[in-house]
Amino acid sequence: MDTKRFGQHISHQFDNELEDIRNKVLTMGGVVEEQIVLAVKAFTRADIELAETVIQQDDVVNNLEMDIDHECTEILAKRQPAAFDLRLLLATIKIITDLERIGDEACRIAKMSIQLANSEYYHEGFHEIQHLVDMVKQMLHQSLDAFARMDLSQVADIKNQDVKADREYVSIVRQLITRMMEDPRHISRALDILWIARALERIGDHSCNISEQVIYMVKGKDVRHTTQEEFEQALAEKR
Amino acid sequence: MTTSTQTHTIDINALMQKQAEPKQDDEAKQEVCIKIQNFNLFYGEKQALHGINMDIPKKKVTAYIGPSGCGKSTLLRSINRMNDLIDSVKIDGKILLDGNDIYDKSVNVADLRRRVGMVFQKPNPFPKSIYENVAYGLRIQGINDRRVLDEVVEKSLRGAALWDEVKDRLNENALGMSGGQQQRLVIARAIAIEPEVMLLDEPASALDPISTLKIEELIHELKEKYTIVIVTHNMQQAARVSDYTAFMYMGDLIEFGATNRIFTNPEKQQTEDYITGRYG
Repeated sequence: MDTKRFGQHISHQFDNELEDIRNKVLTMGGVVEEQIVLAVKAFTRADIELAETVIQQDDVVNNLEMDIDHECTEILAKRQPAAFDLRLLLATIKIITDLERIGDEACRIAKMSIQLANSEYYHEGFHEIQHLVDMVKQMLHQSLDAFARMDLSQVADIKNQDVKADREYVSIVRQLITRMMEDPRHISRALDILWIARALERIGDHSCNISEQVIYMVKGKDVRHTTQEEFEQALAEKR
Repeated sequence: MTTSTQTHTIDINALMQKQAEPKQDDEAKQEVCIKIQNFNLFYGEKQALHGINMDIPKKKVTAYIGPSGCGKSTLLRSINRMNDLIDSVKIDGKILLDGNDIYDKSVNVADLRRRVGMVFQKPNPFPKSIYENVAYGLRIQGINDRRVLDEVVEKSLRGAALWDEVKDRLNENALGMSGGQQQRLVIARAIAIEPEVMLLDEPASALDPISTLKIEELIHELKEKYTIVIVTHNMQQAARVSDYTAFMYMGDLIEFGATNRIFTNPEKQQTEDYITGRYG
């Protein structure tokens, strides 16, 4: 599948409108990816300035969401799109909802970092979450890449990755409970980490949703709420 | 407006049961009305239709779409042998109506056209009264009983969603009606003789948007009784009114399937390019 499907309308104006929406979605994705990186950094370093940047970026993400929504509505009203064009718009409307929520989760991490930085107890690297951070960052990146290139090979494994991320989350919870039982002085810190891990796990879920929408857009197959087997079958089908 | 204080209880069991039922497949096998088999048509040397094969389902609306000159009107006209009127036309292959070849020598063309009615792009009422336009088909069959005619005229005009607008002026000249009314009158005239199939060749392309919607609404009602085949340049119209859509290009049938699928996820690239307005 190639990205030529965006162009080649008899109406160049329509081409430009779709291209514009696509670029805005990718911009929004880029900002959200950066938000996650900065939020996690702010958290591990207790860096208030970084955390505030993440919170400011959320306005940009929110404005992009409304902007893209508005443009999709206009195209639906004016051009009565069909087939791929229609699926592109429907998928976009859903993808940007997930992206906006990912941005919210990043903000949540950032706000927690500010709280932590202002608290008195000792900060250390919070290395427990690092693996989960890497996992969900990659899931989001692959989903956005699949959208940009309309290349589904990127997301063939996304459901498995989501299962692994969920497992990682459960394992972090278990570690934290053990730590809390060993020494009640750890409870406050453990709860903070728990909230962050929860936010990261949600980012994984949203990334998985984005992939499902990309599959719908490219193949016309609805793979939400399917088993891994049905998911793979849909990907293997010709169109 | 009053607000109801009654709470709605949802029967979750009934919902679950309903969802568990297998979904109706749009493309499931339908009862076939018209079977087109390896149908070729030539205008002199030029081949206009290439080996068309398709099954048009009974009591459904089938739409032909495609760019100008793709052969969709030619194919539509072949279904009631309108092309017989053109000298240079040669055909081979078969078109079966309820299993019988309409191009068989034993077929009476007038009889065929009684079973397969046709409505054209421009409304063509006779320069007679509204009443006589609708009664015309019965009169040429020798039916002149006023009571029978009254009944059929009213039934047909109601069927064409025109009765309420014209019931007080049935004796006025049909040419004084608006274009949209004339088109519905022509449809009433066609259904007065109770055909099995209705062929509509761009029935709304000369009408304003409101009359167009009335015709589309009418098509939706007519499919309860008749098999309808429609040619249209307006893709959104095909999407709205038809159950099945056939995309034709340069005399070939490219893709034929349930309208819901064709307009959301067509199989062929050419179909996709056409319905999304891209270069072919």
